[in-house]
Amino acid sequence: MAHNITLTARPGRPNRPSLAPRPQRRRQTLSSGRSRLGAAVVAPALILLTVFFFLPVVLMLWMSLNRWPLLGKISFIGLGNYTAAFQDQDFLRAAGFTLLYTLIMTPLLLVIGIALALLIRRPGKASRVFQSIYFLPVVVGFAAAGYLWLFMAQPNIGPMLDLLTRSGLASHSDNWFGTFTTALGIVCAMVVWKVAGMQMLLLNSGLQSIPVELEEAARIDGASRTQVFRYIILPLLRPTLALVLVFSVAGSLLAFDQFYIMTSGGPANQTITAVYHIYRVSFQGFQLGYGAALSALLMIVLAIVSAIQMLILRNSDHN
Amino acid sequence: MTTLQSSLRPVPRAAWWIINISLAALFLYPFWVVVSQSIKSPAEAAAAPPTLFPGTFSWGNFAKLFSNENGGAGFIQQLGNSVLVSIGATLLTIVLSTLAGYGFARLRFRGSNLLFFATLATFMIPFQAVITPLYLVLHQIGLTNNLLGLMLVYTTFNLPFGIFLMRNSFAALPTSIEEAALVDGCGVLRAMVRVLLPVAIPGVISTALFTFFASWNEFFAALILMTDQSKYTLPVALNVLSSGTFGTLDWGALQAGVAVTIVPCIVIYVLLQKYYVGGMLTGAMK
Repeated sequence: MAHNITLTARPGRPNRPSLAPRPQRRRQTLSSGRSRLGAAVVAPALILLTVFFFLPVVLMLWMSLNRWPLLGKISFIGLGNYTAAFQDQDFLRAAGFTLLYTLIMTPLLLVIGIALALLIRRPGKASRVFQSIYFLPVVVGFAAAGYLWLFMAQPNIGPMLDLLTRSGLASHSDNWFGTFTTALGIVCAMVVWKVAGMQMLLLNSGLQSIPVELEEAARIDGASRTQVFRYIILPLLRPTLALVLVFSVAGSLLAFDQFYIMTSGGPANQTITAVYHIYRVSFQGFQLGYGAALSALLMIVLAIVSAIQMLILRNSDHN
Repeated sequence: MTTLQSSLRPVPRAAWWIINISLAALFLYPFWVVVSQSIKSPAEAAAAPPTLFPGTFSWGNFAKLFSNENGGAGFIQQLGNSVLVSIGATLLTIVLSTLAGYGFARLRFRGSNLLFFATLATFMIPFQAVITPLYLVLHQIGLTNNLLGLMLVYTTFNLPFGIFLMRNSFAALPTSIEEAALVDGCGVLRAMVRVLLPVAIPGVISTALFTFFASWNEFFAALILMTDQSKYTLPVALNVLSSGTFGTLDWGALQAGVAVTIVPCIVIYVLLQKYYVGGMLTGAMK
């Protein structure tokens, strides 16, 4: 029996003639069979996504319009939660801190990421080894990393503090978690350690897509290294930069683990982030409606920030 | 493929090595701390100021960790929970995203494009924002404080990326190869297995690694959804250890716990670097 294969037209592909004359009926059965199979194989994943993602998102929006204690009466209050949010000093402070943290971490991570990427550009096995070393903390997870650094910086018993004391840069009894700037500093150091490798990898991949001939041509033309960097490398790196920045900013805006674990939001609630505040509202105060409203705000801010970044940075002309 | 003979900044060899070795030392130092603190004797582990090198080699901290000293459920159970949830989520994610990826790439049906974009849209929505209503949903179905519930949540978190990776893997394969296999007389299933599997394997491994690491290390959702100590996963178990509920904080045991949490990830990463890094780059660049 001849197999009647039809190559259905796909966007961008010319419609090739079928290999043999085909009866209409069989073609419809074949493609509708595939269609049903397609729906079937996609269904399980979509069911999960719907129940555990799309449904909660919709629910979140509805919840945000209600006063919704976990145990107790639920009452509709329209935009009450949202107006309350903008008068909530704790929330505003958390939002402000989250912004500060993001503004610090983003350029810091980017600069270090680029530096590392440039550093491991040299071909050869040694580069691969160093690359692996720099990337290693990425697989560790924020919780483990947090407890590790929490220990390293502990007063009296922390090894890192100990080393710094022996070098005369600190003293054993310093409690870095006791003041805002040093507590934030330690957390930032931990996050840089943990995340820089990822940025390095992405940026390096972007660098490798830039043809070396361009650099060489520029250098032959007399451009200095900095000029080559500014006028050739950076513009061509734009799409990668956009991607790296979007993820970096999103990650910072959503920070929770490191602060919960290392500072417990302290000292004096000064390192509570937006997500940390949502956690306290929803799962310590059990005000789910208010928590949902804050979550919705977070989601909106994140979407706007990401959109802006993509718009500004995504446009690149590869000349 | 052009070589990188002319690096942007041809740093002199010696300087390059010095810089890299110094940086490597800095990056590896915390790992040294975990290892050395874990294998010190418990007494030495509590020393203030700390010793630079372990004086003696001792499993004491691990012994304390795995005994029931931290009260309630033992650390071993929590380790088991992490293993169960991570592997379960990984398997589930692989299966579902391979199926869905194939469906989106090859088996077009009405609305499939729309659904695929909806899947991608989830990238824009952070799960931290969704956790509040998600908790409620799970509460209603009775899956809070339940390892299966956590497994399903982790699967859901990782599905978008997995579907994306798998769909791209399958889409990259020219249809002619598939059709040729069908012409050759293979049944649809055998054609799929013979032709598609080799293409899919790298994507599957990358998805698996991603999901495993994400699930093993996940803290926020586990903290919120699990209320029984016996159901905690490793990251939350570390949290318990660090609160020093029973007397003073045992830093040696805590670092031993960190070591247990870290080691599987490092081992897996070292063995399967190629796939993890490859998968991430593919996903990121598209």
